[in-house]
This record gives sequence, C-alpha cells and structure tokens, in this order.
Amino acid sequence: MSKDTPRVTAETTDTTETDLPGVTGGAAARAAPVLREEFEERLAAETSEGPQEMLDRNLTNADELAIEEGALLRLPEGLVLDPGDVDVEFGDDETMIINMGPQHPSTHGVLRIMMELEGETVLRSKPVIGYLHTGMEKTGEELTYVQGATNVTRMDYLSPLHNELVYSLAVEELLGVEVPPRATWIRMLMCELNRMSSHIMWTATNGMDLASTSMMIYGFREREMIIAFFEKVTGLRMNHNYIRPGGVAADLPDGWEDDVQALLDTIPGRIDEYDELLTGQPIFRERTEGVGIIGPELALAMSATGPILRAAGVPWDLRRSMPYMYYDELEFDVIVGTVGDTFDRYAVRLNEIRESCKLVAQILERLPKGDYRTQDKKVTPPPRARIDESMEALIHHFKIFTRGFEVPAGEVYTAVESPRGELGCYLVSDGSNKPHRLHVRGPSFVNLQSLPAMLRGGLIADAVAIISSVDPVMGEVDR
Amino acid sequence: MTDVSSIETLPELAEVPSAQVRGKLVLHPSRQQYVAACQGLKDHSFVMCASLCGVDYLGHPGRDLPDGVEPQRFEVVVSLLCMEPPLRVALRLQVPESDPSVPTLVPLYPGTEAMEREVYDMFGLSFEGHPDLTRILMPEDWEGHPLRKDYSAGRVPVQFKEAPGPR
Repeated sequence: MSKDTPRVTAETTDTTETDLPGVTGGAAARAAPVLREEFEERLAAETSEGPQEMLDRNLTNADELAIEEGALLRLPEGLVLDPGDVDVEFGDDETMIINMGPQHPSTHGVLRIMMELEGETVLRSKPVIGYLHTGMEKTGEELTYVQGATNVTRMDYLSPLHNELVYSLAVEELLGVEVPPRATWIRMLMCELNRMSSHIMWTATNGMDLASTSMMIYGFREREMIIAFFEKVTGLRMNHNYIRPGGVAADLPDGWEDDVQALLDTIPGRIDEYDELLTGQPIFRERTEGVGIIGPELALAMSATGPILRAAGVPWDLRRSMPYMYYDELEFDVIVGTVGDTFDRYAVRLNEIRESCKLVAQILERLPKGDYRTQDKKVTPPPRARIDESMEALIHHFKIFTRGFEVPAGEVYTAVESPRGELGCYLVSDGSNKPHRLHVRGPSFVNLQSLPAMLRGGLIADAVAIISSVDPVMGEVDR
Repeated sequence: MTDVSSIETLPELAEVPSAQVRGKLVLHPSRQQYVAACQGLKDHSFVMCASLCGVDYLGHPGRDLPDGVEPQRFEVVVSLLCMEPPLRVALRLQVPESDPSVPTLVPLYPGTEAMEREVYDMFGLSFEGHPDLTRILMPEDWEGHPLRKDYSAGRVPVQFKEAPGPR
C-alpha cells in the first residue's frame, strides 16, 4: 500500500474542513481530524489494489524495479540498460508516486498508471489494469458458438469486426468448413474499412491529447462516414455480430459499390488534410519527435506488435508475413518507421489508412459473385423465405439459434492483424456446442507492457502523448 | 534457414514429444524441459513470445496428446514466433492440479510478464521466479481463480416485467 492515496484524500478533506467551521461550529471542527483519519483509512482499504500497485522503492524487489524502470533487456551485447541511468539526480525523499487515472481524460478509458516522479521527470511507472474486467472469457464458455461472436465483438470496441473475424476463423478451422470466396472478400472489405475507422479515431483522439481539438472534430467526421456504411451493411454502428462462423450475416446491400466509392473518393483527401494539419506543425512535431522511443530489440522482447513494432523498424504485419484470407493476392505496402518514437507511430498509422484505401479499391474491383455464407447446413440456417413454407426449415432455424452446432474436439490458435497488432484467439473445443476455453490475445493488453520503457526518463507532459501513441483500448485490455 | 524440420533436430528438443496439428508444429515439453526448450527456440531465432495462456481441462478428459505425455488438469499454452522466415510454434505444457507451478519465462521473454500474471490470476498457477506475481485483472482481495472450471459463474436474476405490487 502506497502512502499516496491518503495524501490525495487529505487534500480533498482539507478543503471541506475549511468550509466546515463557519457552518457547524467548534465541536465539529474538533471531531474532524478523527473522522478524517477514519475516512482516509476506509478509503485506502476500499480502493487499494495492494501489491498490484507501484510500491515504494524499498518494498520492491530488483526484478520488478527493472520492469517498472523499463530496463528489461539483459542481452550480452552491451544492450543492458542500467536502472540508475536516468539523467536525474534524486534523493529518496524527493520523489513522489502519483496516479494518472483511472479517471483521466488522456488515458482512453480506465487505464491507471502509477508513476514515480522527480520534479516532472518520470523515473518509473506501472500500469494498473482490470477496472473494466467483465469476465468475457468466462462468458465465452457459457455461450454457444453461434452466440460467441456477439461476445468477442465487444472486446475491442474500436475494431469489432477483427474480433469477430479471428473468432470465426478459429471456429471454422476446427469445423473444417470452407467459406465461400465472396464471404471472404466481404470480410476483407469490412475489416479494411474497420482498420481505417479505427486509425482515424486514433488520429482524432491523439490530436485531442496533444491539444489539437480541431483534429478530433475532423477525425470523428470521417469515422462517422465509415460507421454509417457499417450501419447500412450490418444494421449496427458498433458491435456488429456481422462476421459469423461460416460466412457473414447478410449480403452487402444494393448500391454498396457507390457507398464504398464515395468513401474512397473522400478519405484520401481528408488524410492529406490531416497531414497538413499535424505532420508539418511545429508544436505537434516538438511534442512527438524523439518522445517515447522504443527500439526493435526491446519491442520484440516485450512482445509488442502492430504499429509499435513497425514504428521501431520491424516489418512485421501478419497480413504480409502469415497471410490469411486473400491478402497474399493483393498489393499493399507494410509501413515501417525508423526511430520508434511517438511521431513514427503516428506516421505509421496515418500511412496505414492510405494502404487500407488501396486495399479497399482492389477489393472493390475483385469482389466475386456467389454465396455470402457457407451452404453447409450444419452451421448455416435456411434462408428466410424457406421458413415461411417449410416446417422442417423452421425447426432447423430454431435448432441452430437455440442449441447451436457441435464443433469437433481440438485446439486451435488463429491470429489476424488488427489495427493494434496481433489479435489471437485460442479455442479449445470438447466436442459440445460451447467452447471449453476461449482465450483472446488482445494486442492492447500485451502492448501496454512496453509503456514503462517508453515513459522512462520522459516528462509527465510527454506521458500523455506516449500513452496515446500506444492506442490502448481498455475493453480489450481487461476483457 | 529455419524450417519446421530443422526445429525438430534442435538438441534442446530432442527428448520433447511433438505433433503436427493441421500443419502446425506443437511441442509438448515436460516442466523440466520447458525453459530449456524455449531457450533453444529463442537461440534459434524465435524472437518473440506472441501469446501465453492457461487452460483448465477439468471435465474434458479425452484429448489428443502424443505418446509419452501424461494429461494433467491444467495446461499452459505458449505461442512463439520466428520472423525470418515467418513461423509459429506452439508449446503445450501439462501442469498437475496437485502442484500448480510452472517455471517463468520472464527472463527469456520479458513480454510474458503480464500474460503470466493473467494466468496466475485466472487459474492460480504460480510462475516460479516471476518478479511480480500479483493479480492483474481481479481485485487484490478476490477469492478464487475465476477461469477454473470448478469456479461457477455468478448470475444475477433478470426481471423483465414490473414487480407485482403489494396487492
């Protein structure tokens, strides 16, 4: 238990106490210190996360200290980081442990980061997570395979389609079901659009974190266009439950080509506007360049994936390295950075929106005609029109949505490249209609570990930019 | 050049039972072989530990394991990545209920720190040598490990209609 939670509450009760005497008189003022002490104790006991929090230096063992200081690599080639080598002199009584979050506008949800500060310099930090934990993996064991997609889609709420995709791919691999080509192309179209909307949303919130509020308004404007298209296709703006085991829920609506073409005509121009607004702007560059550097060795060691790893210069994109669906037939570039700082992560994401535009244009040309879901009667309900005329079709429909279908026993790990990195799904089936175990490897959860290494030695104002550049989605971190 | 056949000839993996599942290599090291096997793979350019998760097999006894692997209640599943060429290898480690402890991978792959904490939190497997083995998702004073199969999921009764009045 750190001493800081009481310190913060002491300040708040102080202010109430100064208001008190005028109203309640001397007796209450004399009783106040005792009450305050009790209140502090109770508050500390109720809100403390115990050793999950960052503790004082003398209570922390050397290995944990090294993690919190971001000094993780113990490589033989002289890459060892010395925990004491932040360029600040500090005495034991001069540092202060403070909380950033869980309620903080720049932490993108309920992320809590504890930092030890010397003046404004971050000496060490530790993310404390779990405030949004709702047991979704346990819930996944209670839902049938048909219902499962509604559960996983709520994890990473900024790229729900990728969650549905990785789950559906896992189920299909165990089932041994072939997905028709049109369904796969529709999936790719929707996922690339989703990547665009997620990255645009990130650019918007990142702009807001760095006090460029107009960027936020512009970003939300463009995202709204994509979300409107999703609503037209899936019926929902978020949490679509559109990609399901066996295919997709519905075919693309009439006139979808025009809608996608309108997006392709608008968004690249808008990305150029973002470029003009942010990339050349001296304040933005000043706040992002050379801030929160993470090198390729450290990023690999910390299992960081997605834009963080690519910004560090490692050309690792699952769409290219381990192609799934039809990505090996399409032309696109894997964007890499050179330095691995916050600016590189911004540039990687911005250019990935352009690459996704290229991909969507190619998908638009190549999307074939055919079925939008598999014709395997075991996993696909009969068409709506059949239900009106056939009792058997109605029973069949009813059975699939109440009992679901059985999946052969086995284990499978599938991974796709979500906007945040490797999104994996480990599925264990015992041959029944519900998964025995559903594990989702959330890229945000793993990427958060590299925060201490990025924050170390930086200023607390830079922390805002760095946390934003990791792009954590707390729904996926805590699941 | 690394490929699947050259992995199987690694000296560290000579004794480790392995299987091909749908074209992917799955290794089944014992707890004694586990760290050495990972070390061997890491030296063999498996630079990243992509995923580490636990599984509780209570109530699912019949599973496909190669000869010489004794099924236990818990499993720790590790996915290691090689980038040049792109390869993925899975390790499945059997952990008995009577001694739920596993050697840690943090010194080898620091990125497993949070994942091992999650497995500890959710399954109660202790990772020997982990620098900071505390709960990560659940509150510190939580009792039990929620993803174990004998930990029942809580339910809140849902009322769909207005409650009947006193009359």
